[in-house]
Amino acid sequence: MTASLDPTLVARPSLAFTPRTAFTAALLVILALFPLYSLVTGNTFVLTLFTRVLILAIGAVSLNLIMGYGGMVSFGHAAYLGIGGYAVGILAKEGIGSGFVQWPVAVAASALYALVVGALSLRTRGVYFIMITLAFAQMIYYVAIGLDRYGGDDGLTIYKRSDFAGLIDLNNKTLFYYLCFAILLASIYLISRLVNSRFGLAIRGTRSNERRMRAIGFPTVRYKLAAFVIAGALCGLAGALLANHTNFISPALMHWTRSGDLIVMVVLGGLGSLFGPVIGAVTFLLLQEGLSRFTEYPDLILGPILLLVAIYVHGGIGGLLEGRRGG
Amino acid sequence: MLYFIEQCLNGVQLGMLLFLLAAGLTLVFGIMDLVNLAHGSLYMLGAYFAATFAVLTGSFVIALIGALLASLIAGMVLEVIAIRPLYRRDHLDHVLGTFGLILFFNELVRLVWGPEGRTLSLPPEMLTAVQILPGVYYPIYRLVIILATLAVAAGLYVVVMRTRLGMLIRAGASNREMVGALGINIKLLYTLVFGLGAALAAFAGVMQAPILTVQIGMGENILILAFVVIIIGGIGSIRGAFVAALIVGLIDTVGRAFLPDLLRHVLSTNAAQTLGPSLSSMSIYMLMAAILVFRPEGLFPAASR
Repeated sequence: MTASLDPTLVARPSLAFTPRTAFTAALLVILALFPLYSLVTGNTFVLTLFTRVLILAIGAVSLNLIMGYGGMVSFGHAAYLGIGGYAVGILAKEGIGSGFVQWPVAVAASALYALVVGALSLRTRGVYFIMITLAFAQMIYYVAIGLDRYGGDDGLTIYKRSDFAGLIDLNNKTLFYYLCFAILLASIYLISRLVNSRFGLAIRGTRSNERRMRAIGFPTVRYKLAAFVIAGALCGLAGALLANHTNFISPALMHWTRSGDLIVMVVLGGLGSLFGPVIGAVTFLLLQEGLSRFTEYPDLILGPILLLVAIYVHGGIGGLLEGRRGG
Repeated sequence: MLYFIEQCLNGVQLGMLLFLLAAGLTLVFGIMDLVNLAHGSLYMLGAYFAATFAVLTGSFVIALIGALLASLIAGMVLEVIAIRPLYRRDHLDHVLGTFGLILFFNELVRLVWGPEGRTLSLPPEMLTAVQILPGVYYPIYRLVIILATLAVAAGLYVVVMRTRLGMLIRAGASNREMVGALGINIKLLYTLVFGLGAALAAFAGVMQAPILTVQIGMGENILILAFVVIIIGGIGSIRGAFVAALIVGLIDTVGRAFLPDLLRHVLSTNAAQTLGPSLSSMSIYMLMAAILVFRPEGLFPAASR
């Protein structure tokens, strides 16, 4: 990829009051208050929609770690949603309903898959990396289709949500929403600690000039692989949440267009910014939802919007809020 | 044994179709440095154009020619309007922008042609089988696909290696700025190359259409196979794309046909039935992984990069 240092990718303290921080703060307050709104108006659809937004935002946040900070454009990130989801679904079907087992398995399986895929894919770079991650995700997609016992192509209904021994009841929509919200905030905190640590500096340094980082003695591939595994594990957790949210899993969860959606969310929100993926996830999913109410052919408008963003907007919506334009 | 020969021919046929797609992708990437996910949409458009022209004219050949011309024009218009501004962006923006184009084209096809699939019927003389070896009968249309795509591949080779246009294309791939500095209209060259890629994709789409249904999203799965082909072959290398397309086509088809039976020798029938198809779908990805471990730039890395 480009070797020049992109200003959007240099993390900087975001304490200053800019339109961007104001927007982010407002967004978080709104997200925090949604269950109240839904309680007052009795509109549970909004809550369901936004639970989904939060879960996919966790996936986007994890992708942003490798794509935004590490410069690794993974086009197979939906595979982790699927692995996390299938871990929950398969264990539930085999009679293991405890979330204390299901969720760690979801995270561990995703991490393991990320380790294997990362170790192979990170031998390549640039466009090879984009396509090889896509191809591996496609492979997992076919594995899921081959899982006859777990529904194959048709998917698998999960009759019972993960059981946390009375600690938290996932069937309670409001509680589940807040759990997702808390996990999202925790992930963002984790990423912020990571990227500002020595590890994060090494990752960001590798993104802007890998040869130089190697020359001063960093084992860059090992650093990138570590970031790749962390991102995979986090997205696997999002997959476990998603399976609990929809009570259903199918190979469609890992279709390559889902990986595309995650990329869109990250780029739309602003690559390499902490809250960018959240802004992107909210914008993208609301745009999709809104357009499909307004017209029968939503993608006829959504597609060109994505193209225009790719051509003209530098740094996504976050960049727009700071008045930065591409060109 | 006869079945094996037939499956190998099917594999060659799939490989040749993959080559048509991969050649366009690899040309566009090699010359314009553009990652074009929307290539599969051009394949789909070609098939829809042909289905429409076939209904209008009743002739398969006219439909094919019409679809090629329409796709060439559509590709060139697309390049001027949407693709040209993407060249100066990075690969990630290419992914985002052309992903948007896929959404757009799928929806556009749904708007214009409706959600149901179309069929493209063959002239009756194409429906028979022909004896290729003593006792081996093979559908004549599949043979036609193999021969036609081979002819196109040869034509492409001649154009790229033996003509002035091809010389400019190769020069553009190795040093764009220099070609521009020597007074060549590089923008026009790009538009032509993109249009050529679109026509190649459309040709693959039209050829495949009578065997499969013409439907929305038909270009997406085969596009990913084409990606695998250009990764294995080495991005930017047409020769690599040709070899890799044959390998991928053969492994995919032969694996699908024989792996379930082979597995039956070591596993229970039931397990073999389940595992076989998904294992054969996975086999080409495993091959790709294996090749990348030893040759991260593919089998035939393009010399210039």
